[in-house]
Amino acid sequence: MVKPQLVCPAGSLAALKAAVDNGADDVYLGFRNDTNARNFAGLNFDDKSLAEGIRYAHQRGRKVLAAINTYAQAGRFADWTRSVDTAAKLGIDAVIIADPGVLDYAAQTYPDMRRHLSVQASATSYEAVNFCREKFGIQRAVLPRVLTLAQVENVIRNTEVDIEVFGFGSLCVMNEGRCWLSSYATGESPNTVGACSPAKYVQWEKKPNEMDVRLNGILIDRYANDENAGYPTICKGRFEVEGETYYAMEEPASLNVLEMLPEIVRIGVAAIKVEGRQRSPTYVAQVTRNLRQALDAAIASPQSYKVKPVWAAELGKVAEGSQITLGAYNRPWR
Amino acid sequence: MANGLIIPTIPPFTLPSLVARLGARLPQWPHSLNLALAMNAAKKLGVLPEESLQELEGRSFRVTVLDTGMVADFTYNAGAFRPVFVPTGKPDLHFTARLSAFLQMVSRQEDPDTLFFNRSLSIEGDTELGLRVKNMLDALEWPQVSWQGMRPTLLKT
Repeated sequence: MVKPQLVCPAGSLAALKAAVDNGADDVYLGFRNDTNARNFAGLNFDDKSLAEGIRYAHQRGRKVLAAINTYAQAGRFADWTRSVDTAAKLGIDAVIIADPGVLDYAAQTYPDMRRHLSVQASATSYEAVNFCREKFGIQRAVLPRVLTLAQVENVIRNTEVDIEVFGFGSLCVMNEGRCWLSSYATGESPNTVGACSPAKYVQWEKKPNEMDVRLNGILIDRYANDENAGYPTICKGRFEVEGETYYAMEEPASLNVLEMLPEIVRIGVAAIKVEGRQRSPTYVAQVTRNLRQALDAAIASPQSYKVKPVWAAELGKVAEGSQITLGAYNRPWR
Repeated sequence: MANGLIIPTIPPFTLPSLVARLGARLPQWPHSLNLALAMNAAKKLGVLPEESLQELEGRSFRVTVLDTGMVADFTYNAGAFRPVFVPTGKPDLHFTARLSAFLQMVSRQEDPDTLFFNRSLSIEGDTELGLRVKNMLDALEWPQVSWQGMRPTLLKT
C-alpha cells in the first residue's frame, strides 16, 4: 500500500514551521515574485528565509517543494530559470512546474532534482502525465480538481508517475490552469502575474446592511450582514442569469476529502495536497494537525475509519465561505 | 504539557452594548497614542520586519473595535507609527472587528481569512495594503517571544 504524503502550504517561515510541527510530510512554497501562482504582497520566501525553512524541515526529516508554477512571460524566461537555479542551489527537494519550457530547463540543467508537474499544467489524463514523464522526467503530477475519484484511479492505473490530489482548501473552479475569468476582469491571472483576482483590483465596500465586493469595478457579490463571504473571484460570484441571481458557476466553499480518505488511500494516491499558501500559520497548523490525524487513521485501519467530529469541525471552520464540498470527486459525470 | 506553554483559549464574545456606548463617548486619542506606541515598541524590538514596514510609508490606518467603541487612527510616516488625533477623511486601510476577534487573531488562535469569511473581521480601503499588512502580521514569529517571556510570572503551569 502507498502511504500518501501530506503536502502542506507555506506563505511564510512561520507557516512552514507550523506545517512541519503539525505533521506535514512535504511543505510547498514559492519565491517572492511572479514565478509562482500566489504572488501576493508580503507573502512568500526570499533566499534567506527559504534556506532557513529548508534547514528546519530537513532537520525534522521533511521535504520542501518550490512552486515555480506560472508560465514564463515573453522576453522574461530568465526570471523563471533563475528561480529554478535558486531552488537547486538551496537544496530544495523538488520543483513544481507547469510551463513546458521551464520543465525542460530544469530537466536539462538539474536532472537529479525532482520535478513535479503543477496543477497549473492542467494535465487531467494519463496521456498528458505520461507525455511529461517521457519528455521532462517528472516524478509526480498534481491533478486538477476537476476529476471524479474514478477518473483519478484510472490515471493512477495507467502511469508510473506518482499522483498528487487536492485534499483540502479553496477550489479553483472547473477550468484549472486554463481559467480566463481573472484576466477577463483585470487583464491579470495566476498564469501571467501569479495571482488570481489581484488585490489591487479588489474593493470591499461596507454599507449599513450589506457588503459589496467589486473586481476592477465589476460587482461580484453583495453579502447580507449574516452571510458568509468568500474570495473575490469571478467564479464564486453571484450573477443574474435569466432573471435569477445566484452562484451561477460555483459556491464559495472549500474542498474537504475527510470522508473519502480511505478511498484515496486505496486507489494509490501518492500525495494529498492542502491549498492555502495565502493563509496564515494558524490555518496551516489547524488543517495540517487534523488531516495528519485523519490520514494516519485511514492508513492504519481503513475498514473502521470514521471522521471524528473534531476534525470535521476544525476543517469546516476554516473553510472558504465556512462551507465544505467534495468538489468533483463524487460527481456522477464521466 | 511538554514545554509548559499554555495560551488561554479565547472564546468568541461580545461585550455588553453599554460598553460600546460609553466607549464611543470617551476621547479616542489615547487609543491612537497607545496603539502607535505599541507598534513602535514592536518595531524597535525588531519584531516587525523593516523591509515590509517601508511599504507602509505614508499610509493611514484605522482600527475599530466594535464592542468597546474604540477607534484608533494612526499613520506610518518617516519610519515611525504616529497617532492621528483628528482624522480627516477615510483612512487608506480600516480594520473593524469585535474585541474577541482581534484577540483571537493576534494570539494566532484564529486565521484572519477565517474571521473574514465568517464576517467577524472586515477590511475596507486599499485591499492590497490590507493584504500586505495581514501577510506581514502572519509572517511574524512573535507569539513564542512574548508568551515565553511572560510565562514565568503569568502563565506558570
